[in-house]
Amino acid sequence: MSDHDAAGGESPRILVFATNNISDPGVDLAGSAHMHYPASVVVIPVPCSSGIKPKWIARALDKGFDGVFVAADGTDCAYMLDCTKRTAKVVEEAQRLIREQGGDPARVKMAAICSVCAEPFVSHMEKFSAALAKIKAA
Amino acid sequence: MSERRIGVYICHCGGNISDYVDVKQVLEGIRKEPCVAIARTAVFTCSDATQQDIIKDIKEQNLDGLVVASCSPKLHLHTFRSVAERAGMNPYKYVHVNIREQCSWVHRDDKPSASRKAIRLVRGGIAKAGLMDPLQSFRIETIPKVLVIGAGIAGLRASLALADLGIGVYLIEKKQEPGGWVADMKSTFPNHRSGAGLIKGLVERVHAHEGITFFSGAELVEKSGSVGAFKALIRSGDEEPFSVDVGAMIVATGFDTYAVKEGEYGYGMEGVVTLPEFKAWIDTQPAGELVYNGRPIKTMAYVYCVGSRQAAQPDLEKPNKYCSRFCCSAAMHGAICASTLQPRVRQYHLFRDVRTYGKYETLYEDASRLGSVFLKFDGSAPPVVESNGNGLTVTVKDMLSAGEELEIDVDMVVLVTGMVARENKALNDVLKLPIGQDGFFNEIHPKLRPVETVIDGVFIAGTSQGPKTSSESVAAALSAVSKCAALLMKGYVELEPLVAQVNSDRCTGCAVCIESCPYSAINMIACDTGEVAYVNTSLCKGGGACVPVCPENAIDVLGYTDDQIESMIDAMAAEPLAEGAAT
Repeated sequence: MSDHDAAGGESPRILVFATNNISDPGVDLAGSAHMHYPASVVVIPVPCSSGIKPKWIARALDKGFDGVFVAADGTDCAYMLDCTKRTAKVVEEAQRLIREQGGDPARVKMAAICSVCAEPFVSHMEKFSAALAKIKAA
Repeated sequence: MSERRIGVYICHCGGNISDYVDVKQVLEGIRKEPCVAIARTAVFTCSDATQQDIIKDIKEQNLDGLVVASCSPKLHLHTFRSVAERAGMNPYKYVHVNIREQCSWVHRDDKPSASRKAIRLVRGGIAKAGLMDPLQSFRIETIPKVLVIGAGIAGLRASLALADLGIGVYLIEKKQEPGGWVADMKSTFPNHRSGAGLIKGLVERVHAHEGITFFSGAELVEKSGSVGAFKALIRSGDEEPFSVDVGAMIVATGFDTYAVKEGEYGYGMEGVVTLPEFKAWIDTQPAGELVYNGRPIKTMAYVYCVGSRQAAQPDLEKPNKYCSRFCCSAAMHGAICASTLQPRVRQYHLFRDVRTYGKYETLYEDASRLGSVFLKFDGSAPPVVESNGNGLTVTVKDMLSAGEELEIDVDMVVLVTGMVARENKALNDVLKLPIGQDGFFNEIHPKLRPVETVIDGVFIAGTSQGPKTSSESVAAALSAVSKCAALLMKGYVELEPLVAQVNSDRCTGCAVCIESCPYSAINMIACDTGEVAYVNTSLCKGGGACVPVCPENAIDVLGYTDDQIESMIDAMAAEPLAEGAAT
């Protein structure tokens, strides 16, 4: 799948934060299963989604990414049971920073991606890309 | 700007990457990055020859940073860290970039886009490599004991092999009796050895071995600690749970057999049996006339691939798409047993493909020689089993005789059922091991790291990992044993130094981070200006939960510092997407 849309315009650039043990293997599995998602999606692996700094998310949008997707461990987190709650706090704080910068908080999305969530990941990328395209066009 | 001298290697991975990513374009796209001292492509960067070339480059070019863009880091992160180390470079100055699973394989339909993405990813890796600090791994003492979960043939064999190596074993079995599926079998393929006899011998040796402590009716209910030093809480029957300290675990919890639904291939009608039901029956038949439920069995049909290689169907919530591997050979073996007991029995095998791989091909030959007839059907037109008043009629379109529809009157239909993953939610919740699309536990890599999991120190073996024959289960068990031995017999394990670190100049001693740590790894210590947070590195797991809660931005996880992550963000954001716009 291209990094450009059918009209030749740039597809929304998405930065994904994925976790080394859980969601990054899920993203890998989408590739191993030869599924497709836009080439404008890139991944930075981190140990746990609860350890992402909100300012990294804000910086990514500031530097040119159209959206940031936090592929959280959810209940599969090997580190802690309340990982989802903690990651949600990170995302909320990032959205607050983005609002302060005059941006649209909908450019940040979080969802649990497990180590076998290849299909959900691809679906999230397609939907998020479409949503970001609308935000860009607005 | 960093003054590093970084070596960058871009892998073709045979054609796995280069068929879909223009590696030359990637090379040109990153060659002029400020810190890149040398950049090359290689057909297989993981090959011994290329590893030697990289080592030579590091030494000759005096490199102090290394980036390899290849497959997933799950496969080769440690390979290339080792390359760096062998060349005298600190292994944590290595950065791995995944341009296979997260690039070439995803964007096979658009080489230009895939190539541009690969450039962005590699640039991100180079930016990070320019800021990687040398780090030293931690050593922790390992406990020379292993918890083996499941006392089937894999668990029993693993326990004995570990104990023979001098490693203490706690073997737990959920059921009251050890032995698993094989314990109930009279004759097993390929050598017609008694499964029950085999298990009896293993169980006797397990009971006699002073290095093995066996608990029946026991389950793992809680796991804490980490590789080399786990604490496992075990509940045995109604007794109070007790804990054991182990350095590693082997999960050998086995499989369940596919549960045929009522009506599926006539199941429920008298004379229609599953493979395990057939096996239990044939094992008890004396030589001479075969009798089932008081009826003589003179003609039999085997329907292969029942519950395996299933296509997606509206009424099938989760099809078993995989091949169960063992069932063709098991059915052939059963047919040989039947022919041996009663040479006049007529046997028809309705198959999709015969997969009696390797040495099991001789079972196929033997069954054919003894009179079995083979009819190939198409997966989209499976055989139909109906009652004919006197017995059963199987209707099948035989692909090998130009699609001729055959009706075969038989006395028994054997549904050759495969293996399915065992439902074990409670254990899965404790172990948190990744589960594959087929429902079985997932290894890191089926060829390169076939018994390792993403949880360091927890290994999988036998059919908990996927369908296997009993000998393959034992091979996997012994593989897990060798991994445990390599881990534990050294006496220590080296842990990654990628843990949290407090910048004491920024820390105001608010102690918010202490509450955020699930491992109680952060304490306050006195310093000139009062108290600051301090991370106990042996307890810290490097998850980073403390990182975003710090109001002063005073905590980073090493390897994921502000500078490193932000440099990646900047590098990947800066790369223009448009064709030819890259500089």
